[in-house]
Amino acid sequence: MTSPPKAPTPPFASLPFARVRPGKIITWTLLFIGGVMMVTPLLFMFSTSLKTSGQIYDLRLIPADPTIQNYVTVLADGRFLKWFMNSMLIATVVTLSNLFFDSLVGYTLAKFEFRGRKLIFIAILSTLMIPTEMLVIPWYLMSANLGWLDSYWGIMFPGMMTAFGTFLMKQFFEGVPNDFLEAARIDGLNEFEIWWKIAMPLVTPALSALAIFTFLGNWTAFFWPLIVTTSPELYTLPIGLTSFAVEQSIQWEMIMTGAALATIPTLVIFLALQRYIVRGVMLAGLKG
Amino acid sequence: MAMIELKKLVKSYGRTDIIHGIDLEIKDGEFVVFVGPSGCGKSTTLRMIAGLEEVSGGEICIGGTLVNDMDPKERNIAMVFQNYAIYPHMSVRQNIAFGLYTAKMSRQDKDKRVSEAAETLGLTQYLDRRPAALSGGQRQRVAIGRAMVRSPSAFLFDEPLSNLDAQLRAQMRIEIKALHQRLGTTIVYVTHDQVEAMTMADRIVVMNGGHILQAGAPMDLYENPVDVFTARFIGSPSMNIVQGREGADGITSDPGGNLKLGIRPQDLLVNQPVPDPVLTLSGPVTVVEPLGHETLVHFQAAGQTVIGTAPGGQAPAVGSQVTAALPRGRLYTFDATSEKSLGRK
Repeated sequence: MTSPPKAPTPPFASLPFARVRPGKIITWTLLFIGGVMMVTPLLFMFSTSLKTSGQIYDLRLIPADPTIQNYVTVLADGRFLKWFMNSMLIATVVTLSNLFFDSLVGYTLAKFEFRGRKLIFIAILSTLMIPTEMLVIPWYLMSANLGWLDSYWGIMFPGMMTAFGTFLMKQFFEGVPNDFLEAARIDGLNEFEIWWKIAMPLVTPALSALAIFTFLGNWTAFFWPLIVTTSPELYTLPIGLTSFAVEQSIQWEMIMTGAALATIPTLVIFLALQRYIVRGVMLAGLKG
Repeated sequence: MAMIELKKLVKSYGRTDIIHGIDLEIKDGEFVVFVGPSGCGKSTTLRMIAGLEEVSGGEICIGGTLVNDMDPKERNIAMVFQNYAIYPHMSVRQNIAFGLYTAKMSRQDKDKRVSEAAETLGLTQYLDRRPAALSGGQRQRVAIGRAMVRSPSAFLFDEPLSNLDAQLRAQMRIEIKALHQRLGTTIVYVTHDQVEAMTMADRIVVMNGGHILQAGAPMDLYENPVDVFTARFIGSPSMNIVQGREGADGITSDPGGNLKLGIRPQDLLVNQPVPDPVLTLSGPVTVVEPLGHETLVHFQAAGQTVIGTAPGGQAPAVGSQVTAALPRGRLYTFDATSEKSLGRK
């Protein structure tokens, strides 16, 4: 008995990419192009921050004569640290406030039955459809009437609680099984303790996402802080960096150095919290 | 430990009554099992006892105290949920200790209680693990441990074994029963599994449609069911119900008869000599289920499928004709209209 003849081996069959389907190649190509488009400005930012003012328009990615002098200059400038700390304070307080109030309201709307619950939720949700530009004038008038202009509170108050955060947290809390909350009620916790000690740890992915979005949004906020502040000592980092663009010239190397330094906290926040986003622990206490 | 009394207990959602004024007295230290089909109101009743559902009418007393308006934590009861509901972000130790959250005792005393509960439930080596690293049975033990440490006046179990596989369920049944014998605490246990009810209960409460149909000792319910529903619900396989009548020639099957005849499959002996049987049924075999020590024989008789029992080694062939006989005293009779029991023949 003879064995059937073997099919001819296609060329390059042993190479690792030989079995990749064309669809995947297109996907990877598009992702690669997208990645390059997103990373290139960042690379130019770091590259420019290592150049002298004379080399700014030399578009080589790796500077011919890199220097850290711009960093020394920016860090030695007391104003930069002040703006940095202002941004840090505002972004941190607003983020913590959102984590607290958005999740408290989201939990209440998700887990308690009361008259008008749906109406309140729709009212909160409808504010998402109003553009910020329309809100700035009422915010400004309110700040002026209450004496909040040119103050930290004036910068922070519009973002202390957001409709988006409330919506996000409500959706996540709806996924928390009621058995956990009822078990806690029987264990003797009051409603605030149930929210804080039982429900909140179960939605850490949502809290992490909300923290990242809120921190980044406030760290990079420009429009409202520009309108509400007039004193340079209250400037946030994005506002402060514009002062490197003076009438006669724009100090691109300084702006890019400041921007490069400004990315550090956002990177830290993202790296610190991203693992909580992917860690879903909620179902581990239920049936196996 | 405490006695639990339900007096004219009603639960309504809007205008719909779910529980229709039930009365029940659960004695101190008694193991009572609520059993019934889905939607019969057993879990709702348990949740009202726990304080997780508001009472629409009537009274609940625990240890002689009216608890209708008390929060769950004030009732000194512990509850084990169907889904275990152990907190996934806490270790086994923290979960068990959480049962003592409101207890005014020293840290040492709490640790001692936790260690004792873990020892009892065989969880000592898992105390520092998270629930995600435990099996289903271990998670259920943690849930029981959290209930145990409080020394509550009553344990409430809401279908605690329904998520476990058959082997583990049988093991946990024994463990819960042993726990009750050791602690002597009142237990109210909800299940839709009549085997759990029969094997564990001091007293079974059969519910349907928000009513208590019958309450009694397991064998009392098995031997003296008050109606067709209870008769079919208690016992496995379910009791055969055949329409029939009683005439001069004794009891016979008759599709137009005024009786419903209840026949336990274990009593209906296939191809075996039965002296002076009260009823005889014949027909072709449709399905055979060998169980080892006995064989369940499904055959066509009286216009329907009836289940009888043959000895383990004598399974009749599918399609063959069999005759099954019921010994005198083992035929349950019910009124065909009201389905209420008319006694045994």
